[in-house]
Amino acid sequence: MPPLTLVFEQLLNGVQFGVMLFLMAAGLTLVFGIMNFVNLAHGSFYMIGAYLTLAAVQWSGNYIAGVVLGLAGTLLVGMLVEVVALRTLYARDHLDHVLATFGLILFFNELVAIIWGRTLLDFPRPEWLRGHVEIFAGSRYPFYRAVVILVGLAVGAGLWYVVTRTRLGMLIRAGASNRTMIAALGVNVRLLYTVVFGFGCALAGLAGLMAGPIYAVLPGMGEMILIQVFVVIVIGGLGSIRGAFVGALLVGIVDTLGRAFLRPLLATMISPTAADSAGPALASMLIYLLMALVLAVRPEGLFPSRGR
Amino acid sequence: MRTKLFAVAVAALFAASPALAQQKLKIGFITTLSGPLGVIGKHMKDSVELALDHLNRKVGGLETEVVYGDDQAKPDVGLQVAKEMMQKDNVDIVAGIIWSNVMLAVVPAVTETGRIMVGTNAGASPLAGAQCNERYFSTSWNNDQSPEALGKYMQDQGINDVYVLAPNYQAGKDMVAGFKRYYKGRIVDEVYTRFGQTDYQAEITQLRSKSPKAVFVFYPGGMGIQFLKQYSEAGLRGTYPLYSVFTVDEISIPAIKHAALGQYEARFWSPDLKVPASQKYVADFQKKYGHLPVFYGAQSYDGILLIDSAVRAVKGKVKDTKGMIAAMRKANYDSIRGKFTFNVNHHPIQNFYLLKAVAGPAGKDPVLEIQQTVFKNHKDAYYKDCKMKW
Amino acid sequence: MRAHAQLIFWAVLVAALALLPPVVGVLHEPFYVELVRRVMIFAIAAASLNLILGYGGLVSFGHAAYLGIGGYAVGILSFYGMNSGWLQWPVAIGASALVALAIGAVSIRASGMYFIMITLAFTQMLYYLGISIEEFGGDDGMRIKTRSQFSGLIDLADPVASYYLVLVLMFGTIYLVHRIARSRFGMVLRAAKSNEARSRAIGFSPYSYRLCAFTIAGALCGLAGALLANHTAYITPDFMHWTRSGEIMFMVILGGVASSAGPLLGALVLLVFETLLAGWTEHWQVILGPLLVLSVIFFRTGLAGIIPGAGDE
Repeated sequence: MPPLTLVFEQLLNGVQFGVMLFLMAAGLTLVFGIMNFVNLAHGSFYMIGAYLTLAAVQWSGNYIAGVVLGLAGTLLVGMLVEVVALRTLYARDHLDHVLATFGLILFFNELVAIIWGRTLLDFPRPEWLRGHVEIFAGSRYPFYRAVVILVGLAVGAGLWYVVTRTRLGMLIRAGASNRTMIAALGVNVRLLYTVVFGFGCALAGLAGLMAGPIYAVLPGMGEMILIQVFVVIVIGGLGSIRGAFVGALLVGIVDTLGRAFLRPLLATMISPTAADSAGPALASMLIYLLMALVLAVRPEGLFPSRGR
Repeated sequence: MRTKLFAVAVAALFAASPALAQQKLKIGFITTLSGPLGVIGKHMKDSVELALDHLNRKVGGLETEVVYGDDQAKPDVGLQVAKEMMQKDNVDIVAGIIWSNVMLAVVPAVTETGRIMVGTNAGASPLAGAQCNERYFSTSWNNDQSPEALGKYMQDQGINDVYVLAPNYQAGKDMVAGFKRYYKGRIVDEVYTRFGQTDYQAEITQLRSKSPKAVFVFYPGGMGIQFLKQYSEAGLRGTYPLYSVFTVDEISIPAIKHAALGQYEARFWSPDLKVPASQKYVADFQKKYGHLPVFYGAQSYDGILLIDSAVRAVKGKVKDTKGMIAAMRKANYDSIRGKFTFNVNHHPIQNFYLLKAVAGPAGKDPVLEIQQTVFKNHKDAYYKDCKMKW
Repeated sequence: MRAHAQLIFWAVLVAALALLPPVVGVLHEPFYVELVRRVMIFAIAAASLNLILGYGGLVSFGHAAYLGIGGYAVGILSFYGMNSGWLQWPVAIGASALVALAIGAVSIRASGMYFIMITLAFTQMLYYLGISIEEFGGDDGMRIKTRSQFSGLIDLADPVASYYLVLVLMFGTIYLVHRIARSRFGMVLRAAKSNEARSRAIGFSPYSYRLCAFTIAGALCGLAGALLANHTAYITPDFMHWTRSGEIMFMVILGGVASSAGPLLGALVLLVFETLLAGWTEHWQVILGPLLVLSVIFFRTGLAGIIPGAGDE
């Protein structure tokens, strides 16, 4: 494989990872931007999306039907959680949010373990999503991952359209900047919040169901990606969809390239044995270093949302 | 007065467990039951229960109670659970434990009370070497013995240009060291990934760019499932044969299904091992729980049988530690691995086999099948550091 | 009247904890000495977090880092054969203070959610560092063969003796945090929490006060880390896992933010409850989770708010 092809393919890998992070980050940052709510349990909806879709695919025997049912299910679970548990917490400080949703993580992980067991489950992908695409000579890129990239970009574009061009988006933006005002104008803010929360959960569910066939479906799968998602939204600027998008791609690419090239790069500078031990350690810390760096320069992230 | 009342109340609150009948044997079994890793613990617990069934709930002829403890895969929690078992439940023997770090923390605490500890999975090399202990027995192996076997096999086959991948933590490095102890061919590259990583696409792309002849990996638990799925998704299954240790087993196969086909593993035991005690265990396990057992369970079943043989030999005098140790050293029971002897460090001297994932019965998942014996009566690399005298 | 209730509360608390070893000794239940000692070590960690979280309003989601640094200081020195507690403990406290100073210097400029995440990120880095250092066991962690030696004054391997040492240090820490919070320094800290702009206007820059508090909290938590390492005789990167930071945080909230007794009550209830639940069902997290949520929603004052005499002022 020529070096340029390798770098290009690794970039593509980074973009694909970034897109998954974006789907997670979008919902989280939306909820934060509008309700000023910190949801640690966002990863649980990623997990719920994967499990519900898997169950629905097995029940209906149809992948597309399963995806639709799974997304609808995640949306409903999200709205239910918002109404039952989280709604009362909006007025509280972030500390209470962190703790209550920490409790939700424990609950959902264990609940999933009770229902589906702790065994890792296989999430088969339909025949038409298998195989490879040759983006250019010599590269064999998995078709499924290419589809993930496209879906992610499409969702990003769709989100941009909804938030900037529709009435719902207008309400969302208005709700973010002045809650009392839009409530006075007769908008049902409670309902708006519930819908937005459920919608954010469904986005996480989408990331989860797309992750299912690549990764494993298991209780606690959400927490494996959650911390990286937080890094994304902090880099991007809390509450900013645009920031989440840029931050996600940045983190995805930096993490992937770091894993691929940092050790060989270090080996040209220090002894190979030293590079062997320093490389992997540094690669795992890279995104946190990136975050510290961004915050040192821009304490509110790359795209601070206005009014906050 | 108030203070006194409070103290009495506290005392009453804490004094829950009744006094013990003496004709009873209590075994504390520690494993990971909660959290994502609890699936392994479930297999171990189920196997202990099966062993109790086979012994009519009487280990060594004594009425037996097994107290299960959940270490949450954390050394300090494991230690606390062990102390609770010893001080509150008054267990006579402690057994179990999946993780090396938990084992290293618990073994000294158990053995310093004079109790015997039977490890049924974790194979931390210090416990086989310098830190070996006359009250500690293992019914498993030392971590790097399986990769030693795989390295030996690949060396014998004359396979060259191997690409090595493992998570960046102690066991990962131990596995690779064990592999390299017997494999002397060229290693194309040796890559350590983040512990708990989920996406291996970047590493797989790097691997493809180097065109190795074979790949050796160690990815336990969820990491293995993710790696293997992505490996076969990338279409590398047919191109670069994959050799692994502790990556494909009866827990992960249901999650990866056909993606496991063609995989090579090395292990001391497999459900298809032609040993009567093993066949009985496998058949009854399947009958009781509806799925195949895994080596974690087999070792735990074995641990209970080992305890049974020793308690019988000392005629129920479990407190006779010297007698218990002498009896255990004989390994006089029908082990699932067949007849074996303990090395001076109380670790089994046993065979290691090459396993391959092949198509299972029609409509079922692939199964691991023993291909050949790689090592006969293999000893671990650390027993010479063990100063124990028998 | 309130002062009276407070006096009774603390007297009962001290007496109950001091009498525990002889009582469980009579009952042959030595395990509870272990359990409560662990509780008190976490109470020290929680009390140190309470200083910055409760009084300073700095929601650090990375407090477990100092538990790890304190533990590793003891472990690493003992690895090189330096077992004297007179050396180990000051190093544990000093190293934690230094790291806290460095992390604080960068993080405190950020606020709100950014602060939560940046403290988390730094702790994650330390966690991965712990995993990748092979000399000290990496992910497996490392056994501490000899517990800290104090010139024969106290034997930490003796459960009861070390229990009383932890008891004294815990009440010492609680008292110290109590005094700091009520000093002039603490007043500024609390003023900056309730209204940053106003405290700037009257001429205090909250940054240096907060950094100082952050460093003190790190140092005290480093002491808890040294104690925990001696308690388990084992250190592992797991001391620094992010869920551990969450647990310490929860102890503070459950017990009651910005109250002196809160951290101890929170640690006691959470750890005892966890132990009881785990003994009852392996699915204990499905019960603990909703209880956390409920306690956050309905239990805003924390335990200190409902027990007579446990609250402050």
